[in-house]
Amino acid sequence: MSRTFCVPAFLFIAGVPLQPAFAETPIDVLAALQIEATKSTPGFQGFSATRGEKFFKTKHGNEWSCTSCHTENPAATGRHAKTDKPIDPMAPSANSERFTNPKKIEKWFKRNCNDVLDRSCTTQEKGDVLSYLLTVKK
Amino acid sequence: MSKYNKKFALVFAIAVMVAGFVIPPAQAEDEDDDDRGAGRNESRGGKYGGEDRGKPLQPGQANAKWKQECSSCHIAYPPGLLPAESWRKLMAGLDKHFGSDATLDTQETEEIRAFLVDNASNRWQAPTAPLRITESAWFKSKHDSHEVPPSVWKNPKVNSPANCDACHTKAENGSFNEHDIRMPK
Repeated sequence: MSRTFCVPAFLFIAGVPLQPAFAETPIDVLAALQIEATKSTPGFQGFSATRGEKFFKTKHGNEWSCTSCHTENPAATGRHAKTDKPIDPMAPSANSERFTNPKKIEKWFKRNCNDVLDRSCTTQEKGDVLSYLLTVKK
Repeated sequence: MSKYNKKFALVFAIAVMVAGFVIPPAQAEDEDDDDRGAGRNESRGGKYGGEDRGKPLQPGQANAKWKQECSSCHIAYPPGLLPAESWRKLMAGLDKHFGSDATLDTQETEEIRAFLVDNASNRWQAPTAPLRITESAWFKSKHDSHEVPPSVWKNPKVNSPANCDACHTKAENGSFNEHDIRMPK
């Protein structure tokens, strides 16, 4: 075996683990939600940033809305309503890590929707909110 | 050296050795915080009526998952602040964690529960198991009105006794040494 063959083979193998396991962009996440909504929501007519903004800024029967911790401006740093701990901005324009890790996205939608609505959010609601957050400029 | 001096040197050497054996444990007892006077509260069940935090508060090698997950909404409270039974109850009720949903997946829950239980307070002798650190006797004693003036609690920079790091500047590293306390003005 020649040396020239060995080097590219090594790089190929070494390159595989360098790919992050769940590297996605917020656009990928939105596209996945769209596919899911098309399958699961009868009469699905797409996501709406306007509806997402209203959802984000409104209380849903409980003490808190999304803005209680994330503030009225999703590009700003928020604060946990109880503990006061700073929360990094939600808008991808202000925080490039947001909506890039599907496991983390699901974990926090589950927790926060239970806190704000006492139930899970629908795919429609998640897609609306992400559409809104993607419109927020830094 | 005279006979008298030899005798004196021997007595002195013994005194130093005895002192050497006795003093270090007493210093070690006080090295992480100021426990002077705590002995007054001592009874058969240990300090603070048996509700004492552990020593050390957390192991040198802390669990990464615990650190990552528990510091999402507040600082990762060291396992030694509460007894094992408190952590068992707490980790069994993450869906209603002081009013918030803090659920994790099964594997993460189990890993963090094991770390907390294995490193829980080793000085807690009472049969109690509070969920709130602020309800434990050691906490109340250490933060009574003589130690912490009421004005400090009302300071917006403190906001809640859950914010250890408002005064304990190295709380994030699990250190609550009294020399690192800075009460905000």
